[in-house]
This record gives sequence, structure tokens and C-alpha cells, in this order.
Amino acid sequence: MFFFLHLAQAAPAPPPKRIALLMFLSFVAATLAITWWSARRSRGASAYFAAGRRITGWQNGLAVAGDYMSAASFLGIAGMIAFSGYDGFMYSVGFLVAYLTVLLIVAEPLRNAGKYTMADLLAYRMSARPVRAMAALSTIVVSTLYMIAQMIGAGELIGLLVPGLPFQTAVIGVGVLMIIYVVFGGMLATTWVQIVKALLLMSGSIFLSVLVMSHFNFSLTTFFDSLRHISYHKGGALVTQNFLDPGLKFGTAVDKWGPLNLISLGLALVFGTAGLPHILVRFYTVPDARTARSSVVWAMALIGVFYIMTTFFGFGAAVILTPDRIASSNMAAPLLAQALGGDLFFAFISAVAFATILAVVAGLTISASTSFAHDFWTNVIHRGTERKAGEEVRVARITAFFVGAVAIFLAINLSKLNVAFLVGLAFAVAASANLPVIVFSIFWKRFNTLGACFGLGAGLLSSIVLIILSPSIMGIDAPTVIAAKRHLIQHAALFPLTNPGIVSIPLGFLGAVIGTLLRREPRAEERFAELSVRANTGLGAEQAVAE
Amino acid sequence: MAADEPNFPPENRGAAPGAPPWQAMADAPEYKGLLRSKARFVVPMTIFFLVYYFALLVLVGYFPDLMKIKVGPCNLAYVFAFSQFIMSWAVAYAYVRAAARWDKSAAEIVRRFTTR
Repeated sequence: MFFFLHLAQAAPAPPPKRIALLMFLSFVAATLAITWWSARRSRGASAYFAAGRRITGWQNGLAVAGDYMSAASFLGIAGMIAFSGYDGFMYSVGFLVAYLTVLLIVAEPLRNAGKYTMADLLAYRMSARPVRAMAALSTIVVSTLYMIAQMIGAGELIGLLVPGLPFQTAVIGVGVLMIIYVVFGGMLATTWVQIVKALLLMSGSIFLSVLVMSHFNFSLTTFFDSLRHISYHKGGALVTQNFLDPGLKFGTAVDKWGPLNLISLGLALVFGTAGLPHILVRFYTVPDARTARSSVVWAMALIGVFYIMTTFFGFGAAVILTPDRIASSNMAAPLLAQALGGDLFFAFISAVAFATILAVVAGLTISASTSFAHDFWTNVIHRGTERKAGEEVRVARITAFFVGAVAIFLAINLSKLNVAFLVGLAFAVAASANLPVIVFSIFWKRFNTLGACFGLGAGLLSSIVLIILSPSIMGIDAPTVIAAKRHLIQHAALFPLTNPGIVSIPLGFLGAVIGTLLRREPRAEERFAELSVRANTGLGAEQAVAE
Repeated sequence: MAADEPNFPPENRGAAPGAPPWQAMADAPEYKGLLRSKARFVVPMTIFFLVYYFALLVLVGYFPDLMKIKVGPCNLAYVFAFSQFIMSWAVAYAYVRAAARWDKSAAEIVRRFTTR
């Protein structure tokens, strides 16, 4: 009620949507040109799936950062900080620290021992079919969850920019573009779209942060002081809260399980990032493990700067707009841009957010379709041989088309779900199912097929079941609560934490250990020497394709 | 598989003829030394960054009053959170320095076993 009143009073004359649309269309034109250029250059499977392995360190760093700084990060975290203050910033911290797991443990062995997907490393010593089938399932689940979150964000943004345009039309437009990038341009186009977008996002965020600080006369003291007393309406009453101190989201006063939820979230972030399939495939696009390493370092520099800037535009939105003037938490950053930089900057930030969504969904689509074509079609169904040359690429292209269609359908039908919760689930699955088996494959000689299948299965199943039983899905609402905010299951939650990581990650590891100990697999142990030497020296690694 | 790609199938199909002597390499003292040197860096560093990171979450979650102490223009909570960024970059820098050494010894081992 108060939200709407305030918005009505505060809303200025309608912004020139045309400028936003024009900026967005020029991004679309540029990306289509990239796709056309990539399609002409790419020949063969390694070009399609891994951009010919010729992406350089800084380019891949930008692409990794671009894949990571999704709409859920840019829009979602800005909103989270604007509503929950310091506790929202906990996401920003975890997102960067997580890259140490990628750098120290996963990136180089993966590049050295794999070809196109995460499953290449997992299936190296084992019976390929069951392991690849499970890994493909996990990859596709993670990618789809992530994708729905991004597509819903796209629909919301479009609703704000072009009020007349139906949500369906907007989502279909985004879906069609992402299909075009992936089907025609493959990994090369997807990578360059991501690079262009990362540059736009960085410059937009820097400019927004500078505008926020100029609002506070570039004084950190004024900035931080103003965070201590933010007044807004909550449940009809005016409240004043300290946004700089912890406790607004994870405090025991809000939820007695809050602190444990925070730790559980941290576990999912720190172990999940190194298991996100669309991030892992990026390490196959560079010539060698050394470049993979330098690309993680580039990515960490960019991601670190970006998430430090969420301080300015997240807290900035909390002070300048106050939660009262942010109708939906995903709109905090664009609305802040409008308040500080006027309609033109609002148009730019909205176009950047659009570009972000487009680029990230394209990255997710290619990782899902690569996994289906390479892991499931070629290696599970056809036991590792292509029946006809180029079949794998053709299957991937067809899959990309279907993945796009399914994503459009799901986004339209699930449009009322909360973006942040879906991304959290994707991280939980990646951390509980993918990471344990990646780590054991590289470091544990005894690890075998049954262990990999049990680990993937236990991690996947426990994350999904625990999320369903958690307060994200289960809860009892008053009859007055509107449909979009109601819990999906009207029953008191059976599991108290919104983030299942603290239970599901140990279960993933436990599953992998139990499965391994149940049986001995001499061949998997014999091949450990080869995997170890490959992973640590890069001997026999996939080479870059000559131009 | 396209003709322009070297055939190193990641699936289990037995060693290809002319494949590198994987087992001999794995047993070589230089290789064992490389693994030890990596473990000596990666294991303590991983434990360090995990402890440093989860210390923040535990303090913020269970000792919020301590974290509300004023430090400069902001509070201990924000300063500690900000230090995580610096910590991450520092660990990454140290890793890259160490990895440059491992690259050299890995190349050495590969050279010794592939040019016979």
C-alpha cells in the first residue's frame, strides 16, 4: 500500500523509453555482427565448443567475469543491499572469495585433463556412461535453474522500460536472440558477447558508483554515517534502521536460524562457484593451463572491483531511494541510476542489465547444450564415437534450440518466483553434487565410478529435496497475501534453512566416499597415474586449433 | 572427431600406442617432488582462506555486537568484509608466483620423458 503511494508521488514524467530501446538495439546489432563474424570463422567441433581454444588470458578473464556478474548479481545484490544493508553485502564477499577455490583447486587440472565439459575430467578414469549421464543431468539442472532466474529478470526489466510490451513477447525476444548466438556463433560468439557485456557492465557500475559518491561529496564518512539511520515504511509503520550493522537479514532477531543460514550460504558460494558448469567450460577456450590460471586472475581483479562497487550502488540505493521507493528489489540499480543520472543514465543502465541477461543466458545455453551433445549424445548413447563427422556439433545446435524454447516456456510460466532463491539453489547443487566429485577425481586414487555416481546423486537430490522442504517453498501465509508472494506449499517448513549447503555439501562428499568404499575398481586406480600426470604437467592436453 | 584434433580421448579405451610413460612419470622422484611442493602451498593456503572467510560469517552471525564496534568512518563488520577482498587478491598473487615455479619443473619432467 505505502509502496504504491510513494511510487506514485515520486515517479517523474515517464522516461524516454526510446533511448533505452535504442541503446539496447545497438547492443543487439553489435552482438549479431559478432555472431556473423564467429560463424564465418568457426570450423569443426573444437571451434564450436571451445572457440578453437585460442581465447587469451584477459579475454577469458572478462568472459568469466561476465558469466559470473549476471543479472542476479547486478540487479539482485543491489536490491539485497538496498533492502537488507550489510547482510546483503555478504553475498558480494562470498562471490569473490569463491574464486580462490577455482584458482587453487579446479581450473588448471580441468583444462589439462578435459576436452569440452566438466564430465571429461570426472569420467577420465571411470566407466564413462553412468558418470557422464549423472554429470550431464547435474549440468543441465544447474544451467536451467540459473537461466530461469535470468529470464524472469529480463521480463521484469522490459515491463519497466516498455510498459506496453507484453511480458511474453519480451521473454520470447530474449530467448530467440540467445538461440541465434549459440546456434550460429557457438562458443566464440558467446565469449565475445560476454566480453562486450562485461566491459559495458564495468563502465556502467563505475559511473553509477561515482555518481553515488558525488551525492555524498566524495566523503566516505558522510556516506557511512548516512547508512546508520535509514527510515522507511515497514508493515505500515515508519521504522529507522542501521543498514551498516549486520543483522537485518541473518540476525537472530529476524530468524533464529539466521547465522546458520549465513554460514550455509557461504559454503554454497565458496564450493559452488568451482562447480558451475558455465564457468568451468570457459577454461577449455584458452590454449593451456597457464592461460586458464591467468584468466582466473583477470576475472578475480574484475569481479573484486565490481563487488566492492556494490557497496556504493547497493547502500547508495538504500540511502538515496530508501526501500520505500524501490517497488521491486531487482529494480534498485536502474532506479538509482534514474534518480542520480536522469533518464539517459537510467536508459543506459537498463540496456546494460538487458545485455547482461542476454549474454549470461547465452553462456548457460551453450554449457547445457555442450553437455547434452558431448556427454549424453556422443558418450552415453553412442559410446564415445560420432556416427558421422560433425554430428556432435549438429546435436548441440539442435539442443540449444530446445533449451532456449524450454527456458522461454518456464520463464513465462514461473515469472512470479524470486530470482535470488533460484540462483541460490543452482549454487547449492553445484557445490553439493559437482565439487565433491571434481575434487575426488583429481586427488583421490581410490575414487571410482560408484563413488562419482553416488556423490553426484546424493548432492543433487539432497539440495533439491531440502530446498523444497525449506522456507523458500514451504510456509503458511495469511489469506490476505497476494498470489505472487504465497509459498508454493502451504505447510510449515520441515527444514529451517533457506540455504541447504551446510547439510547437502557434506552429504555430497559422504555419498562419494560411501560409493567408493563399497567397491574396488582396479582400472580407475591404474589410470590415476595418467590423470595425475596430465593434470599436473599438461602433457597430452587438448591443443589450440591453428587458424 | 575432426582430423585437426589430436586424438587423446578422455574415455577409457586403453593407452594409445606411443603414449607417454604415465606410470614411470608418476613414479619419478622429480614428479613426486612437484606434487609435494604444490601440496605444501595449496593445502595450507586453502585452509587459511576458508578459516579467514568463515571467521567473518561466524562473527557476523553469532557475535554481531562485537562487529558493530566503530572503526574509522564505518564499523568492524565492514572493515573485516572489505579485508576479504584484499585477502583474496593477495592469496591469488602468491599462488601465481608459486605456480610459475611449478610450471618450470613440470616442463622439465615432460622434456625428460618425451625426448628419449
